[in-house]
Amino acid sequence: MNMPSTLHSTERSPVATTPEAVIEVRGVHKVYAGNITALQNIDLDFNRGEMTSLLGPSGCGKTTLLKIIAGLLKPTKGDVAVNGRPVAGPGPERAFVFQDFALMPWASVLRNAAFGLELQGVGKSEREDRARHYVNEVGLSGFEDKYPHELSGGMRQRVGLARALAVDADVLLMDEPFSAVDEQTRRKFQEDLIRLREIEKKTFILVTHSIEEAVYLSDRIVLLSPRPGRLNKIVTPEIDRSGDPDLIRRNPEYLDLIDDIWSGLRAYVE
Amino acid sequence: MDLYGFKIPRVAALLFWAALWEIVGQFELLLLFPPLSEVLFALPDVVTTSSFAEAARITVAAYLGGLALAVVLGIGLGMLMGLVKAADNLLNMWVNIFLSAPLSALVPVIMILFGMGMPTVVVTVFMFAVWIIALDTRAGVLHVSPSLIEMSRSFGASRWERFRIILLSAMPEILAGVRLGVIRGVKGVVIGQLLVSIIGVGALFSLYSQNFLMAHFWALILILFAFALTLADVIARLETRIEYYAGARA
Repeated sequence: MNMPSTLHSTERSPVATTPEAVIEVRGVHKVYAGNITALQNIDLDFNRGEMTSLLGPSGCGKTTLLKIIAGLLKPTKGDVAVNGRPVAGPGPERAFVFQDFALMPWASVLRNAAFGLELQGVGKSEREDRARHYVNEVGLSGFEDKYPHELSGGMRQRVGLARALAVDADVLLMDEPFSAVDEQTRRKFQEDLIRLREIEKKTFILVTHSIEEAVYLSDRIVLLSPRPGRLNKIVTPEIDRSGDPDLIRRNPEYLDLIDDIWSGLRAYVE
Repeated sequence: MDLYGFKIPRVAALLFWAALWEIVGQFELLLLFPPLSEVLFALPDVVTTSSFAEAARITVAAYLGGLALAVVLGIGLGMLMGLVKAADNLLNMWVNIFLSAPLSALVPVIMILFGMGMPTVVVTVFMFAVWIIALDTRAGVLHVSPSLIEMSRSFGASRWERFRIILLSAMPEILAGVRLGVIRGVKGVVIGQLLVSIIGVGALFSLYSQNFLMAHFWALILILFAFALTLADVIARLETRIEYYAGARA
């Protein structure tokens, strides 16, 4: 069996900066009502075209950070800039994929996928053409006229992904997109996502609690530690994902990296 | 329906009670209780009179007017309660009181306020129907998935578009409320007219009972029952078309 041996992992200091950052997070604190500190002093850049995972045990504030980047939550202190401009709320350069899909049950697949474009005021025929293209790209062609309740969980999340892709944002923010999907579907979906990244060349930020998923998919893994959520470590797995996606899962170095991350995180769980 | 192992169509239950009514009626035990056949023969008699046409017109007009008001204001009130916490605190108790209160007792007061005519009946229908619509709408709004609202915000929905999403999300509960309101409204239109008793079917009821036209009296009741059931059925059909997404909501 031919094993790609290009897997390396490097660890860097928690503050990472590169010139082509598409999102810059500066000194972000988030304190919820009742004085619960969800995030403490987060400084982080997300580079164009990269897939970054925010990984950590529950309570580490990873979803909070993603929603602050999305503009759905306001940080208590600090700020976020997208393409150099400070974030004041949601914007067309960011698209969100929701954990529970957040599809409109009264609308067909095509209409759901076109919803972002509909809100932007794109004309009906144009938005349907674009939505049809992305519905096809996520592997749902033939299901355009179905309704969400007629689809499986994995297929519903594909609609959520098509909707996010259709608005042609620079950054896709994915909040545990596969956690409500069964294991087999999740694996297939992850493989498809690798392929989709090659076509779409977008910046992805993925929140996950699955170490395997983070290592499998991402160029960079940001480890957060819980209560209060802080940057713990940044890991950059250098995995060649051009070959058979199944081979990655059998690569001993991929498995080693998973073990490494797990031994770092297990202290928080125990 | 199974009876001692025999399959019996559901209509059989109806036929059984109809036959019982006919038999008991034939004994002429009570003046109040004519046999079913007599009632059925009175049906065309009732329907063809001009006073019936007039009563039906007034009843339908008062009913639809009151119901339309109840649907519009009930949904509005329910949305307000579901979306604004302060409004909910202020109104919830009162809406619940009105929902369970014996509203018939209020009709004389309504009569004093709105006179012995159509407006009283419209207001009575409204009072009977509006509270359940408001409460069900409120429940629907509170059930709207927060992530659907977040989704619309994240894709840049305006305030109006978010409102539209909430309304559509709450539609299964709203329709359930409207269906109950439709049935309660029929009670309202009959009770209102009975108490006013000089217009609509109320006038007919008092005419028939004062003249001991019991077959006609019962025929009118049959018509009203059929009217209420048909309306409820129409709404229920509409509901099943929308219901699929009540279960599909996360």
